[in-house]
Amino acid sequence: MDGIHDLGGMSGFGAVEIERNEPVFHERWEARAFALNNLGIRILEAYNVHEYRHAVERMDPSHYLAASYYERWFTGVATLLVEKGVVTRDELEARAGGRFPLARPAAEVKPIRVTPGAQPRFAAGDRVRVRDVHPAGHTRAPRYVRGRRGVVLRASRAFELPDLAGHALAAHLEQTYHVEFEARELWTDAAESRETVVVDLWESYLEPVG
Amino acid sequence: MTDSRKPEPDAPIAERVRALEEALDAKGLVPEGFLEKRAEQAQESFDPKNGARVVARAWLDPAFRARLLADGAAASAELGFRAANSEYLVVLENTDAVHNVIVCTQCSCTAWSVIGLPPDWYKSPAYRARVVREPRALLRGMGLDLPEQVAIRVWDTSGETRFMVLPQRPAGTEGWSEERLAGIVTREALIGVARVAGTDFMNA
Repeated sequence: MDGIHDLGGMSGFGAVEIERNEPVFHERWEARAFALNNLGIRILEAYNVHEYRHAVERMDPSHYLAASYYERWFTGVATLLVEKGVVTRDELEARAGGRFPLARPAAEVKPIRVTPGAQPRFAAGDRVRVRDVHPAGHTRAPRYVRGRRGVVLRASRAFELPDLAGHALAAHLEQTYHVEFEARELWTDAAESRETVVVDLWESYLEPVG
Repeated sequence: MTDSRKPEPDAPIAERVRALEEALDAKGLVPEGFLEKRAEQAQESFDPKNGARVVARAWLDPAFRARLLADGAAASAELGFRAANSEYLVVLENTDAVHNVIVCTQCSCTAWSVIGLPPDWYKSPAYRARVVREPRALLRGMGLDLPEQVAIRVWDTSGETRFMVLPQRPAGTEGWSEERLAGIVTREALIGVARVAGTDFMNA
């Protein structure tokens, strides 16, 4: 989805401040929220990590930007546990004593059956283009590289395709690649030209450049 | 599901977390002590001091450095730092010509076993938005003013590979022990928004 989470390259944000001696968790509830996700994935086996990422992406954009990291994290966990029928929103609101914001529902995504090639389709040095598509569901191809040309640095490893796993669909293992893009290719106004961005992309996100 | 027009305010986040915890507990779904143990474990085992030790070893031992650059996960595991799910860890070597910096633009992934859980600045929308678009200006604003001739390579953690920067060893640290060297490697240097300064904070 072309969601608020896909922040790469957006303008309008200010300075980035480093907090000295930052604790791992600032408040107790953050540690509990962190552990609750582990419970949901590993103990309850209610959902997988791709579904978790997508649940956070589905938050209302204004809530997403206003929330802290662990509030986003927690909203993803609570959303999935409600969607999977482990708890109900009504009981959560009754126990919390107020409104309990959750993420919006996922788009419907159709299962696809793919027989992955035995060999990686691309090799280091190959020129590729990221397919310029706008899937309604979960994907890990950031908007800022779609339609852009880059060079394969290395064929990495095969991992489950998140576009399927993020919707609890059977996901095949698919080759991933580290693809390098020149700043000038990504940003037409890039005056700074001694920069590149390397993005980790699944094979089906890519097409060869002839 | 969210209806932003509802007039009543959201329950405070701490109350919402408590509510979910209690709802799960009431159904008998939370193993005794699980949440406490998991949170403790996160604070103990996901520590940037681990990555600092890996870096210090690489500075002192050329064979280890070569193994680290060939297979980051296996070399880190030699020092006891094992990632869950046999994570694929790629170590990025800074040189006089190229400076590497890591981001996760779509969420906030890091290599927990060596860098630790991500700090707030790494998770901020500002960092995620800006570092891929204007890395030199952003890094300057964060206190790292790179010479124009140094190329910057930004790594977006968009897939399952995890990254760690191998910073350059600062001058003036000749003869230092591994422990002393590890003491000057910061989490920010492991991500690439800072260089390692040749200042010995332990004795400062």
